[in-house]
Amino acid sequence: MEKYRLSVNGKMQEVTAPADMPLLWVIRDLLSLKGTKFGCGQALCGACTVHVDGVATRSCSLPVSAVGDRAVTTIEGLSPTGDHPLQQAWEAHVVPQCGYCQSGQLMNAAALLAENPRPSESEIEAAMAGNLCRCGTYNRIKDAILTASSQS
Amino acid sequence: MIPKLPFFSKKEPIDKSRVYLPDRREFLKISSLIGGGFLLGVNFQCAGPKGETRTFAPNAYLRIASDNTVTIIAHRSEMGTGIRTTLPMVLADELGADWKAVRIEQAVGDEATYGDQNTDGSYSIRMFFEPMRRAGATARHMLRQAAAEQWDLDVSGCDTRDGMVIHESSGQQIPFGDLVERLQQLSIPEEESLTLRSLSDYTLVGKDVPIYDIQEITQGKARFGADLDLPGQQIAVILRSPVVGATIRSYNEEKALQVPGVTQVIKIAGNGLHPGLNKPLEGLAVLADHTWAAMKGREALEVDWDLGDNWDYQCATQMEAMIASTQQEGRLRREKGSVKTAFAGGGKAFENTYRAPYYAHATIEPPAALADYKDDGSIVIWAPTQHPQWARDSVAEALDMDVSRVTVHVTLLGGGFGRKSKPDFVVEAALLSKAIQKPVRVQWTREDDLHHDFYHSHSAQRIKAQLDGSGKLVAWNHHTVFPAIGGTSNAEELHPSDGEMGLGCTDFPYDVPNIRIESHEARAHTRVGWLRSVSNIHHAFAICTMLDEIAEDQRMDPVDYVLSLLGEDRKLSFAEEMKGSYPNYGEAIEEYPWDTARMKAVIRRVAAEAGWEEAINQGKTLGFAAHKSFLTYVACIVEVAEDASGNLIIPEVHYAVDCGIPVNTDRIRSQFEGGAQFATSLALSSAIRFENGQVIQNNFDGYQIIRMPEAPKKIYTHIIESTEKPTGVGEPPVPPFIPALCNALYKLKGKRIYELPIKEGFA
Repeated sequence: MEKYRLSVNGKMQEVTAPADMPLLWVIRDLLSLKGTKFGCGQALCGACTVHVDGVATRSCSLPVSAVGDRAVTTIEGLSPTGDHPLQQAWEAHVVPQCGYCQSGQLMNAAALLAENPRPSESEIEAAMAGNLCRCGTYNRIKDAILTASSQS
Repeated sequence: MIPKLPFFSKKEPIDKSRVYLPDRREFLKISSLIGGGFLLGVNFQCAGPKGETRTFAPNAYLRIASDNTVTIIAHRSEMGTGIRTTLPMVLADELGADWKAVRIEQAVGDEATYGDQNTDGSYSIRMFFEPMRRAGATARHMLRQAAAEQWDLDVSGCDTRDGMVIHESSGQQIPFGDLVERLQQLSIPEEESLTLRSLSDYTLVGKDVPIYDIQEITQGKARFGADLDLPGQQIAVILRSPVVGATIRSYNEEKALQVPGVTQVIKIAGNGLHPGLNKPLEGLAVLADHTWAAMKGREALEVDWDLGDNWDYQCATQMEAMIASTQQEGRLRREKGSVKTAFAGGGKAFENTYRAPYYAHATIEPPAALADYKDDGSIVIWAPTQHPQWARDSVAEALDMDVSRVTVHVTLLGGGFGRKSKPDFVVEAALLSKAIQKPVRVQWTREDDLHHDFYHSHSAQRIKAQLDGSGKLVAWNHHTVFPAIGGTSNAEELHPSDGEMGLGCTDFPYDVPNIRIESHEARAHTRVGWLRSVSNIHHAFAICTMLDEIAEDQRMDPVDYVLSLLGEDRKLSFAEEMKGSYPNYGEAIEEYPWDTARMKAVIRRVAAEAGWEEAINQGKTLGFAAHKSFLTYVACIVEVAEDASGNLIIPEVHYAVDCGIPVNTDRIRSQFEGGAQFATSLALSSAIRFENGQVIQNNFDGYQIIRMPEAPKKIYTHIIESTEKPTGVGEPPVPPFIPALCNALYKLKGKRIYELPIKEGFA
């Protein structure tokens, strides 16, 4: 067990964890931030997506020891008031069905827009291909990203 | 224990409800749960097994508080269909509530209080639309009466709107909350005195209403099965028998216990070769302070398994045997006329064999449940379950305790699709919590989920269709074989039940003079369950692609061909022809007959909306199929194309649906959008295979579901206006999509598709 100092949603947190514990379980089990979800444990579904220094990252496959002093942002930190343009667009399009994958979808989409504020449909598809949705909300996710991008 | 499933047995019709004022004892009990104010209980009266009237009391609660908040209990599980929003919305609309002031509370699992809570079989709307309306109408009646008394005006001039009682001619209005005290003095109106709003009077029903939990979800605050913690809890990750029926000969836990954070290892006993639908598999649970330690601890376990009878089960071998069996005479399930005579009559015959694989549900939320066994011998559970009552009963049975000591809270479900009806994972948490006398949260991994699901069965079918000399379809002989759901619990169940046969096979609606439908034996070597639309998936695939093939041969447009095969407008009951029962999704066939006119209407609508003829003339590649399931009529047109690098794309999908009164139109569309995407996975990508009794797919790299680039680009849902009883939309989008896609792909590639999934065969 080691001690790690992590910046999570703008706050410094100290945790004691084995070096190989994935960031996902640090966030969920040690910091009790439950918005980031476990889906596959192998970076195949994107449910656990967070930002690490702004880059969309699968937290299930990033050991805590590799985070260093980079800033981690989870869905809880995406917007202090919950009104990020993507969150508003998600609401306008009523994107979620069960909702489980949507934290990861939103975090991945936010990283996409930060890098490419006006993505084309095919750029959205390529950028979002790592995030699975079993309910089938892909069309509305795409529409919501287009809406948010047109407003920024 | 077989749950009360609409396709296993006749559903108790819930068509009577009585609204009442709770007595003082009950009032206090409810108030302690949801606060004070004016309370209304709703009894749903059901016919019992012998036709007697049974009263569940009370079934749903409505509370009006003095601050104008209206609280409505949602007693169905939310897994993405929107039902947690839609049923309370019906009550609120009838009531005339201000929807923004409505709070929704999730019910615990309790049959005596809430009646049926099994959220399955696309029947929530069908069963509870009317009772919800009547509950709202009762409260509205009382509010009008209370206001009229307060104003000393005639009640007939009073109506409710936006959380107020309004007297139109005098212009007076009063918020609901100000009438609470007066309401408590009133008695419940007679059933006959209730007037329901007309459909055109609704402001929510028939409209697009967003889901209640949307902000919680988009802000990461929504709580699913694994999102609750209790002080002192342990996390359990379980190593389960790799082959169904395997047992532990011996094990060594030493290395697991050396993993920091691991506290103990506990054995869970299995239930043998036919493990049942509600029992855990044999396994070793590693308990730890956090999830990662439990996972690492599991990797370090050393187990010597006795693999049991299924050690050499190969699904490919069973598939060949199933296909061979369809060449024999099977068990007769429906007969009309004589196919034998028709076969002997000459004319062209078609004969095809269809195969489809095992499918896993693969909800993105793997199963998880939290159980808290308490000092007083009671247990409280939080779980993402579709069927909290069955979870409750199963826990009581496993722990040998009275059911009254078990409380099951329902969290949001991160997808269900039938998987989370089965409470095996809930029972695991309960057993472990009792064993260590601490709260335990069981966490399944993706590998656990794919290896230990209750799978949709693989299937083989052979259909022989005979035309006469004039090209008329005169005989239809359909053989179907797949390990039945009943085989999961009972070795003797080798044929599909009447319920499974009635899912798109024996209810063949076409006007063919000679019909013979047969089933064959197949043993369940794994846990078989039900997946979104169940046997309709493989039955619709075979029937609707076969009809397309015959239409082509007869140089007929497939849409016209299916319309003509449906024949005159008729209401079918199949009464004389079924060789067993026809459960009709739990509804009386007289009330919900198979109505060919309704099917023809959705077919014509989808063809018009998709521009079927024009699109084909423009060179687009379209496929068509129509299939009724769960009493909902659906027709589907799928367009396919290839991109520059030869990848399949699905530019457009059109659905037309007749689901009776459309209740929440946005959630109807979302179910069809989702259904098309779910079905795309089943058609193109997904398959579970068994080798040596074990599933060989481990994660989403092996068991593939579609990703955004593969999803249909545009999905349009055209909803038929109707005043018929509303029916569900969760499952019905899936069955017709797959054959519509196959029929389109045939036009694109010139090759008929007889086996799912089709991705490998596409290039």
